[in-house]
Amino acid sequence: MSENAIHVHAAASATGTPSLSLAAGPGALRTTLLMARITFLEAARRKILWIATLAGIVFLAFFWTALHFVLKNAAGQANTISLREAVVMMTMMVLYAGSMMTSLMAVLTSCDTLSGEIASGTIHAIATKPVERWCLVLGKWVGFVGMLTLYVSLIEGGTIGLSWLQSGYLPHHALAVLSLVWLQTVVLLGVTMAASTCFSSLTSGAVSLGLYGLAFVGGWIEQFGALRHVQALVDLGILSSLIMPCDALWRRAAFIFQPPLIGSVGASPFGSSLVPSSAMVVYAALYALLAILLAQILFSRRDL
Amino acid sequence: MAALTIDASQLRKTYGTRAAVRDLTLQVARGEAFGFLGPNGAGKSTSIKMLLGLVKPTGGRALLLGEPVGTREVRARIGFLPEHFRFYDWLSASELILFHGRLCGLAEETLRRKIPELLDRVGLGAQSNKPIRSFSKGMMQRVGLAQAIVNDPEILFLDEPTSGLDPAGRKLVRDVISEQRNRGATVFLNSHLLGEVEQSCDRVAFIRDGRIVSRYEMGGWQSTDTEVQIRVARINSTVVERLKGFTQDVRLEGELLCLRVTQTDHLPEVVRCLVENGVEVFSVIPQRVSLEELFLQMMGPDTGL
Repeated sequence: MSENAIHVHAAASATGTPSLSLAAGPGALRTTLLMARITFLEAARRKILWIATLAGIVFLAFFWTALHFVLKNAAGQANTISLREAVVMMTMMVLYAGSMMTSLMAVLTSCDTLSGEIASGTIHAIATKPVERWCLVLGKWVGFVGMLTLYVSLIEGGTIGLSWLQSGYLPHHALAVLSLVWLQTVVLLGVTMAASTCFSSLTSGAVSLGLYGLAFVGGWIEQFGALRHVQALVDLGILSSLIMPCDALWRRAAFIFQPPLIGSVGASPFGSSLVPSSAMVVYAALYALLAILLAQILFSRRDL
Repeated sequence: MAALTIDASQLRKTYGTRAAVRDLTLQVARGEAFGFLGPNGAGKSTSIKMLLGLVKPTGGRALLLGEPVGTREVRARIGFLPEHFRFYDWLSASELILFHGRLCGLAEETLRRKIPELLDRVGLGAQSNKPIRSFSKGMMQRVGLAQAIVNDPEILFLDEPTSGLDPAGRKLVRDVISEQRNRGATVFLNSHLLGEVEQSCDRVAFIRDGRIVSRYEMGGWQSTDTEVQIRVARINSTVVERLKGFTQDVRLEGELLCLRVTQTDHLPEVVRCLVENGVEVFSVIPQRVSLEELFLQMMGPDTGL
């Protein structure tokens, strides 16, 4: 019966009667792209994009200046191996700070996107349009992923690039390092968006950053356990990585980036005394996908 | 095509143990303007949200245009102006309508033609490129109205469409409602401004404590008798007695003569009788029960919600 009703309606419209919306909305792909575009536009119009870019450029300028002085100071020294180690170590510290910056950016830019629109009622005029709710979430996610891709490229890509330009050292797996840091931000983005379908903006941010903190501490515990050969600590660390895999991604990125000698410095954010496996990377990728899937399901089911 | 555009039967929504809507049963015919009235907290917003598919009912059944509420097919054929009319305020008015038009799946060339027309219609033609963030409440409401009708909806839901508007804006909303009806659309109007409802709607329903308590044709609540107040001077009890030839229900309160007649046709005779008996008549005002008075009667004392 309902099919008949649509058919009659479409036929009536084709002959010039009122309704213009013959098809039931723009379709999944168009909706997703539309929302991705509007998410990007929002970040640009609300100046988030530009301020974040400016912060990134300042960040890189500081690194460039510091690296310049390190190299200038070391110009007379003969030991090129220790100089290279110093440059790699410094670059890694900056990459680590950059990964924290991009992670924070992932959480802060996305924690208000769903919860804020639900709380203000902005979502009412949108969700009553002939679009699937899961496409609204997916579109926003695509928009944020696009922004984070640019941001990670700017901050982390810029760090590796500046280091290469100044010192001539380019890690073999630069792209893999960037991808791992990028995946870290995408994991956090998914968790934040899933949380923001249920909680307020502040709570969603707190959930994500809380899990980020847990992963950070868990990473230390795991490395400490590996150094002291305490299996219980290693297991605890792995458990924290399963709950939130972002720190494991960073540790793998750090391992890939550095030459083998430096990796043995012990427990630190740059240590590779226990390197997360590639299975953990696959787990993190699935985790990120499941998080955004969960966000779509929760948003589709909830009352607005 | 279904004759009923809205057909809700025992629609119910509970949040935990609290019932927001207990029984929403109403039918709205095609082309009708329907007023949905009730005090704050009566369940109006939840009812509208259930009809729009924003909130899932706990029980009951509702059809819009002959199909279950909330489907994409139904949503393609409705328009909605939300109560708080919050939109992406970093867009300009024309960008906002473009965005909502695209969400409706309208073709780009249709939108290019339609957006200036719509913005002109709601009086924002000159502000089409200004960011919505710089708009007053009334302007936001106007742009909200434009997005609600961008797809030429078959049912237009308006939730408090005139609350932020000045008299010119209210007239605009009335005119838009009338145009939409002339086009064949059904209008579902929720408003606290009962004068607006009285001017725009054919029928009203009252909701109280999550239940539809009564429905009226517009003006249908008027009793068949008409009470009339006549301001007079130099009247005496003999004249009042004479008036009892027209009606038994006559009383004199100072300079006001109140009487109830079964037909307003009797009024000229009443006035003639008064004048012929030397009474000076200053005004004759038939008393009608306004929608507001009916609302206050229906809802009882203010509970401060």
